Amino acid sequence: MAGVMVLAEHLNGVLADLSFELAGKGRAMADALAEPLDVAVLGAPTLASEFGVADRVIAVTNTTLEVYSPTAYRAALAQLIREYQPRLVLVGNTSIGMDLAAAVSAELSLPLVSYCTGLRIDDGQIVATAQLYGGKVLVDALPATDHCIVAVLAGSFPADAGRRPGQPSIERRELAGVTSGGIRFRRLIQPEAGDVDITRQDILVSVGRGIQSQENLEGVEELARALGGELCASRPIVDNGWLPKSRQVGKSGLTVRPRLYLAVGVSGAPEHLEGMRGAECIIAVNSDPSAPIFEVADYGVVADLFEIVPALTDRLKQ
Amino acid sequence: MDVLVVLRQVPDLVEDLELNAAGTDLERDSLKYVLNEFDDWALEQALLLKEKNGALVTVLAPDLPEADTSLYTALAKGADRAAKVSGDFVLTRSSHALADILAPAIRVLPHDVVLTGVQSAEDLDGQLAVLLGSYLGYPAVSVVTDVAVDGSSLIVRKEFAGGLCAEYEVALPCVLGIQAAVRTPRYAPVSRVRAVSKEKKIEVLSAGGIRESDLRIVAFRKPEGGRRADMITGDPDSVAQQIVAILRQRGLLKRSSE
Repeated sequence: MAGVMVLAEHLNGVLADLSFELAGKGRAMADALAEPLDVAVLGAPTLASEFGVADRVIAVTNTTLEVYSPTAYRAALAQLIREYQPRLVLVGNTSIGMDLAAAVSAELSLPLVSYCTGLRIDDGQIVATAQLYGGKVLVDALPATDHCIVAVLAGSFPADAGRRPGQPSIERRELAGVTSGGIRFRRLIQPEAGDVDITRQDILVSVGRGIQSQENLEGVEELARALGGELCASRPIVDNGWLPKSRQVGKSGLTVRPRLYLAVGVSGAPEHLEGMRGAECIIAVNSDPSAPIFEVADYGVVADLFEIVPALTDRLKQ
Repeated sequence: MDVLVVLRQVPDLVEDLELNAAGTDLERDSLKYVLNEFDDWALEQALLLKEKNGALVTVLAPDLPEADTSLYTALAKGADRAAKVSGDFVLTRSSHALADILAPAIRVLPHDVVLTGVQSAEDLDGQLAVLLGSYLGYPAVSVVTDVAVDGSSLIVRKEFAGGLCAEYEVALPCVLGIQAAVRTPRYAPVSRVRAVSKEKKIEVLSAGGIRESDLRIVAFRKPEGGRRADMITGDPDSVAQQIVAILRQRGLLKRSSE
């Protein structure tokens, strides 16, 4: 049992940044363990050469993997792990990773740590740090056996560390038994273009659960206008149908890098932070002093947003 | 068609979470438990299938604190049958342990489709929906935002990053990890829940064995350096003034769009 194996993630022919984040961290872990780094690329062999940081890239060529299928990907990953016996498998804690990690964990009795934001080696043992409870608690977990799979939150490690030029040895494989089973892909559905592209805005005012009702959005919209910016939101607001999907910031929404991100009533759960932590200036208003958003914000206000928002709008109009 | 929904209780995240003295877990005594938010979406999806396709809905919960409340609430919302699995397990958060507890119960309850929330606040060792799929031997898809019936299969919408989605045809029986549904979870008035708790019964099933955890918890801790933000204090108008000053300093004051 040796080596680190990273599962590269790609959709629509494009490698996710996450793939390089995992590869970079995989490289560091492999070096620390004095073991090799493999990167597995499923169904897109032309992407294999992007991983100069790896010792070897395993490019699985089965055509059933060209489009993402939970059952086919599971079967392929499980086979690779069985065959190559890595000590540590890194996948993304993403829509794809979530389908695969737990299934492979069950099938191969492989300890799994999800929501990982940190990885280290203590006395030769792998310790994974996971972010739970809406980001309020960190848990350090140690697999009970000497092999494990870790699902890593996007943005936890730098992508640059995984983008190294190089000529990895590329092993092309066609695996047996990799079928889509009872799950058949039908079509991709592109996100609807909204009236506003929030990824192009300099100034964003973001609303979270703290806004409490759809009616209260009006006051925040006015603030956004007074700032010359646009409104965006965390997932619950969009799931409630109060704002369209095109306004959603976060893991299952859009990633934004505005000059100003004013978060109002947003707790700062990891899935949301993923989409906005790169903003130049983050100001957060929340009545909960322990809200995780204050960990990434540049400025914070612990107060009732229903008092701050109108006060700020008034000041801006003066 | 029979739809079975798994409901989990989780610590209420609105509350401040205290750690125990040893730093190895939450301080469990002071915790308030609520229904896992995503399981509520899963229940809503089940009720939509009932309304649209005449599905029969069974709700199943491990016997954790306030599980009865969640089960009666589900019945009040329209679920047809409720069951819970009781046994010698306490406050387990491990998805693998929950799957051990629930899979045998699911096997004896009517189900063509098993729904549960895509994740919970504490599923450190992986998503329950996917684990249940593996334990039951059913295809499983997670991060599902819509489900429709098409003959003897389901058409499900799975969501990826950036709002991109894909449609899959899924054979029955299957397990789905629900992220959202086309409408928000419906509300059941407390009076109705109370009435239901007097009229209806929750079936009790016995839990079998649970495997030992394959993860050792080294530490529970609060994020380091807590707050990085410079905190702005004062009355609302003073705060507003300070924010405007910061914006001016950073060249962020714009004329508002006409």
